[in-house]
Amino acid sequence: MTAEESATYTDFALINTGGIKQDGSDAVNELSYLILDVVEEMRILQPSSMVQISEKTPDSFLKRALEIIKTGFGQPSVFNTDAIVQELIRQGKSVEDARNGGASGCVETGAFGKENYNLTGYFNLTKVFEITLNNGFDPQTGKEIGLKTGVASSFKSFEELFEAFKKQLKNFVDVKVKGNSVIERLYAEHLPSPFLSLLIDDCIAKGRDYHDGGARYNTSYIMGVGLGSITDILASVKYNIFDEKQITMQDLLKALENNFEEDETLRQRFLNKTPKYGNDDDYTDEIMKFVFEAYYDAVSGRPNTKGGFYEINLLPTTVHIYFGKVVGATPDGRKAAEPLSEGISPVQGADRKGPTAVLKSASKMDHVRTGGTLLNQKFTPHLLAGEDGIEKLAHLIRSYFKLNGHHIQLNVVTADMLRDAQKHPEKYRDLIVRVAGYSDYFVDIAVDLQNEIIKRTEHKSF
Amino acid sequence: MAKGIIFDIKRYAIHDGPGIRTTIFLKGCSLRCQWCQNPEGQRTEPEIILRSPRCATDCNQCVSVCPQDAISKDGNSIEIDKAKCDLCAECEEVCVYEALEVVGREVSVQEVMEEIKKDKIFFDESGGGITFSGGEPLMQVDFLEALLKEVKKKNIHVALDTSGYVSFEELDRISDKVDLFLYDLKIMDNKKHEKYTGVSNKLILDNLRKLAERGKSVAVRIPLVSGINDDDQSIQTLVNFLQSLKNINQIDLLSYHSGGREKYKRLKKEKLPKAFHSPSKERIEEIEKILADSGFSVKEGV
Repeated sequence: MTAEESATYTDFALINTGGIKQDGSDAVNELSYLILDVVEEMRILQPSSMVQISEKTPDSFLKRALEIIKTGFGQPSVFNTDAIVQELIRQGKSVEDARNGGASGCVETGAFGKENYNLTGYFNLTKVFEITLNNGFDPQTGKEIGLKTGVASSFKSFEELFEAFKKQLKNFVDVKVKGNSVIERLYAEHLPSPFLSLLIDDCIAKGRDYHDGGARYNTSYIMGVGLGSITDILASVKYNIFDEKQITMQDLLKALENNFEEDETLRQRFLNKTPKYGNDDDYTDEIMKFVFEAYYDAVSGRPNTKGGFYEINLLPTTVHIYFGKVVGATPDGRKAAEPLSEGISPVQGADRKGPTAVLKSASKMDHVRTGGTLLNQKFTPHLLAGEDGIEKLAHLIRSYFKLNGHHIQLNVVTADMLRDAQKHPEKYRDLIVRVAGYSDYFVDIAVDLQNEIIKRTEHKSF
Repeated sequence: MAKGIIFDIKRYAIHDGPGIRTTIFLKGCSLRCQWCQNPEGQRTEPEIILRSPRCATDCNQCVSVCPQDAISKDGNSIEIDKAKCDLCAECEEVCVYEALEVVGREVSVQEVMEEIKKDKIFFDESGGGITFSGGEPLMQVDFLEALLKEVKKKNIHVALDTSGYVSFEELDRISDKVDLFLYDLKIMDNKKHEKYTGVSNKLILDNLRKLAERGKSVAVRIPLVSGINDDDQSIQTLVNFLQSLKNINQIDLLSYHSGGREKYKRLKKEKLPKAFHSPSKERIEEIEKILADSGFSVKEGV
């Protein structure tokens, strides 16, 4: 991965605290709290920190973590131990190895010390759709790089279009896996890791290198990027072309080609009058599930060259920005080169029904069949104020984890973000602030009141 | 089945009672508090609100679609002739910029229940539930009663935010299906109450007394407005009254904010209300202390 693609130099070490012991009992102890103290005091960005919350984790530990999150530097992130364990067991790990495992890097699960699990590459789901819509042709590079799955205007139904997308998707996963196999063999034959092989279980017993199937478990992950974007794109095509018949496929293609230059009204329709993922609306959430299943079917269970298997996870790191740059305008109202959605979060500004709706939407996919999903959720400080705010947030997270959610990262809205919202209201249509006894969309209130809220946000000493 | 008019459903409402809640806002209110923060909840009928900053200067969709020719537009300033408008909502439908919105829609009990059920897992986890607010929810008592019946079948905790300005029979009709009353007390002095809210507080105080006598769980909510109800005498009268009641020990203090005036502009109300102010932080703390010293459990709302 290049610096241009990643735009970050973090090393992705992740300190796991909390969780459960090998025998399944709660693992929170004095040291867990001490680690949180250090995280709070040092505010270190690397290594990153996270807490594992299981059903058995005491509330006091979760609340201690939330107090630190509230200070607004994005850490620790919060993981669901019970989901992680289920994910690992489904992948074939023993119960003990699963309980000793956790998440590393961004959000990916692994059996610590016993597994070689590799993130083998990011997968641009939205790009695949762009190529599908152009019958195998990539309008950005002018090259034919996909299959000929049919001219877009020839599709009689959404289902036909989706079938074409699935074919295209499978084809690109084929290409990806072919390339991966070469890379895996290169590592196995020319880049052995004797030191790592000493540390990872069964390499010595098997007499094989870490990169050559020596580890007890060997998993290759392909990371799906832009789930929110691809869902909104497909929902928009289904809704506006096939269901409501607002526009024709030809008109859509023309508008996309021109980057909505002469179609601002159409773009606004896509943005404001079209169902969006993240609102607990089955219309879009069902489409999200179709995409999930298609991606899962295309990737999961394929053998790699190390005796292990491919699995999916849904995390973007920072690549959703780079991937956005190589995709033209899309039917969800996104203009060319703008970022895609990240992880399994809704498209920025698309979720308008608050956090419970986002969590409900996100939980409709089967997290257990992934090796990790990433959900970012913005919170305005008023939602976290006081002991009450923390208490309710703790309940919110526990509910998401009951629904098998894998991970949630809470980002507290800062004064700087609000200033950015004043400049770019379109990106912050979902941002609700507490004015006083009532709440309102930040971008809708008068400038002097916005300024006052910015001041309030700045001065709130958490 | 009964139908009613609501103007909003807010999920993850965390300031309207215990736990994580969904608040249903029923439209219509008999009071006209000059500091009202939800003026869109006052009239029973649906009405159109305008968010002019969102409006696009070169778009004319609403003007051309209106079957009554009720809309005129200059730049991004929209005018609606209320005499002609029949609230058909066609303008809202075509407005892709979301500058025009009809607040208040007729809904069935079943429709509301569908929304309520969506967050059941969060209610169960947090000890939360549903809050009915407004407006004055008891203005639509038949609809409210029908809703409460369904909500109770699902074993969901119910809070009712009320002004108390209704006949006691109506309050009584629903009181066994309400777990917590959020009861607004604005001004103790009747003359002042009439002046600032448009109605006498006699019925309100009587009803509160009766609810307390029946042992209902009540949290009294006081919107603090500077110069109106935050002086020592007002607070003392309030304390004396509440101490004379049985079973009342929870007080929520809500501070007024002039931001509600923004909504008056959107509603195109002829007269913008006077700008009121919240008491200073120090004053609110003093009041909290007086109330706490008098034996009440006080929570400051946000």
